[in-house]
Amino acid sequence: MLLYLHFDSKTVKEPVISLTTLEKKTLINIIRGSVGAREGELFVEIEDSRASEIIEFIRSKGVEVTEIREKIAKSEDCIHCGACISICPVEVFSLNDDFRVEAEVEKCIRCGICIYVCPVKALELPSI
Amino acid sequence: MGRDAAIVKRKTIDGINERIKEGSAVVVTAEEMKEIVEEKGAEKAAEEVDVVTTGTFGAMCSSGVFFNFGHSDPPIRMQRVWLNDVEAYTGIAAVDAFLGVTQLSKSVEEYGGAHVIEEFVKGREVELRAESDGTDCYPRKEIATEITLEDVNQAEMLNPRNAYQRYKAATNSSNKVLKTYMGTLLPNFGNVTFAGTGEISPLNNDPEYRTIGLGTRIFLCGAEGYIIGAGTQHSPPFGTLMVKGNLKEMSPDYMRACVFPGYGVSMFIGIGIPIPILDAEMAKFTAVKDREIETEILDYGVPRRDRPVVRKVNYEELKSGKVEINGEEVRVSPLSSYFVARKIMEELKRRIENGEFFLSKPIERIPVRSDFKPMRQKEIVVVKNVMSEAIRISPETSVMDASRIIIDKSVNHLPVVDSEGKLRGIVTSWDIAKAVAMGRMGKVEEIMTTKVVTVHPEDPVEFAAEKLRRYDISALPVIDAKRRVLGLITSEDLSRLIVKR
Repeated sequence: MLLYLHFDSKTVKEPVISLTTLEKKTLINIIRGSVGAREGELFVEIEDSRASEIIEFIRSKGVEVTEIREKIAKSEDCIHCGACISICPVEVFSLNDDFRVEAEVEKCIRCGICIYVCPVKALELPSI
Repeated sequence: MGRDAAIVKRKTIDGINERIKEGSAVVVTAEEMKEIVEEKGAEKAAEEVDVVTTGTFGAMCSSGVFFNFGHSDPPIRMQRVWLNDVEAYTGIAAVDAFLGVTQLSKSVEEYGGAHVIEEFVKGREVELRAESDGTDCYPRKEIATEITLEDVNQAEMLNPRNAYQRYKAATNSSNKVLKTYMGTLLPNFGNVTFAGTGEISPLNNDPEYRTIGLGTRIFLCGAEGYIIGAGTQHSPPFGTLMVKGNLKEMSPDYMRACVFPGYGVSMFIGIGIPIPILDAEMAKFTAVKDREIETEILDYGVPRRDRPVVRKVNYEELKSGKVEINGEEVRVSPLSSYFVARKIMEELKRRIENGEFFLSKPIERIPVRSDFKPMRQKEIVVVKNVMSEAIRISPETSVMDASRIIIDKSVNHLPVVDSEGKLRGIVTSWDIAKAVAMGRMGKVEEIMTTKVVTVHPEDPVEFAAEKLRRYDISALPVIDAKRRVLGLITSEDLSRLIVKR
């Protein structure tokens, strides 16, 4: 599951991710992050099966957690050219037996590069 | 089928048309034909099948539409004309203009000729604006109005180069993202892109152009179109076609404006070509398989016309979605839509079966041999023409020895190479001075820069100059594909070049 974590001026200094990993004995995949002067944000991937307890733990450390369910969306405009296939870092896109481009959206990490390369602007990331 | 054996041996296009009229013609898609020939052999397949339909749907930049807008009152000789702010070419008669698909809008980003053509086909209004100096016979100097496809006299799609038989695939060895007409190419061989539909693509199914020629009736973006000759840059087996068709009869289902980031606008064009199976040879041709269609993966990381070949590859490998480059698996993106190309094959098959589409006999063949010449231009200067000798040293050289070499040879840069001559690093006179000042008098490998910016011998000097500027350095080792140092190009070499010119 993909989470968006928002750290405020206090929590931004705390090693919350390491704490979670050690305490919960779980692996956390950091997708993307940024740290500012008074706050920070992280996109992380956590184990699906233990999502609720991990989220609860992170929240208990004072970090705001948003579950990201909004993944890449492909519209009817798609012409199935496949430009997105080799660009996606997590292999969301593939051609099916019918030669249509299929998207396994649950894999999406919201990097957005496919939106940029799609020649017919058929891809969109709903805002979170 | 119960046909007379003598007729079957050599069919004619007229004979096939007769059967299309009767509704008895046997029409199959190129995909189906592969199986039929595999199962029954070419002789038998030729007896049974009358027509094979082929298809392609890819971005074809060399496309556009000739318009005749009709005359205004008072009349104007349009010297410049814009359709939705996209300029069309008007160096012809008063109200004729050619709108190319790649022409960009002056005011709207990521909008161009292809989008305007799409608006027309979808029945939308387009703003026409024109200017003129005015003449006695055409006194009007400007006009602005709204038009639709119905309002114009002619809207003839005329594409100088379509239906490329096969393409070179693309990859990128450089360390930055490249935005090209072959899509976005990720650094360090991050991906491969290719175009064309391989074994179902029209020209691959008639590689000697026996039935595809000037006058062949084709499916063009949903309309009936014609081949009007070989396309520009026609160079078998990289053959191309020049085609035309009436825009007013076209359907948005088989054409689409597109944008390649950092490159510009183009248009996906849908082409289907029926291939009459006149004899066993034609049956054999139409049985061609992706694995028999070979091409090359080129390195777009090298900014030259003749890009280095990374490896040979066939369409079966490309379509598998993964190819191997330097021992690593690299993901592949097709840029043509196999899905829409198949839809076109099926649609063309349906039209022929229903007696809505008849074949035509080409009145002239297109050349099976043709050269694609490079542009004649003033000699371009490449790095190897101006590079200077590189004084190479080994990593074990002492800092003291290196400083002596710099003074004796009066150079500023010493490429550091291993026993095979491969680049390991570089030391500059500044590195040496710094090392001496800090008392680091060991081996050069302890003080050298290991991340070295380099160029290749065939790179244009402009490319080398750009690298010197971008990285704010004064010399670049020139290396070959195996990273062996061939020479050095310095800012002095480049300034000498300018003085000489």
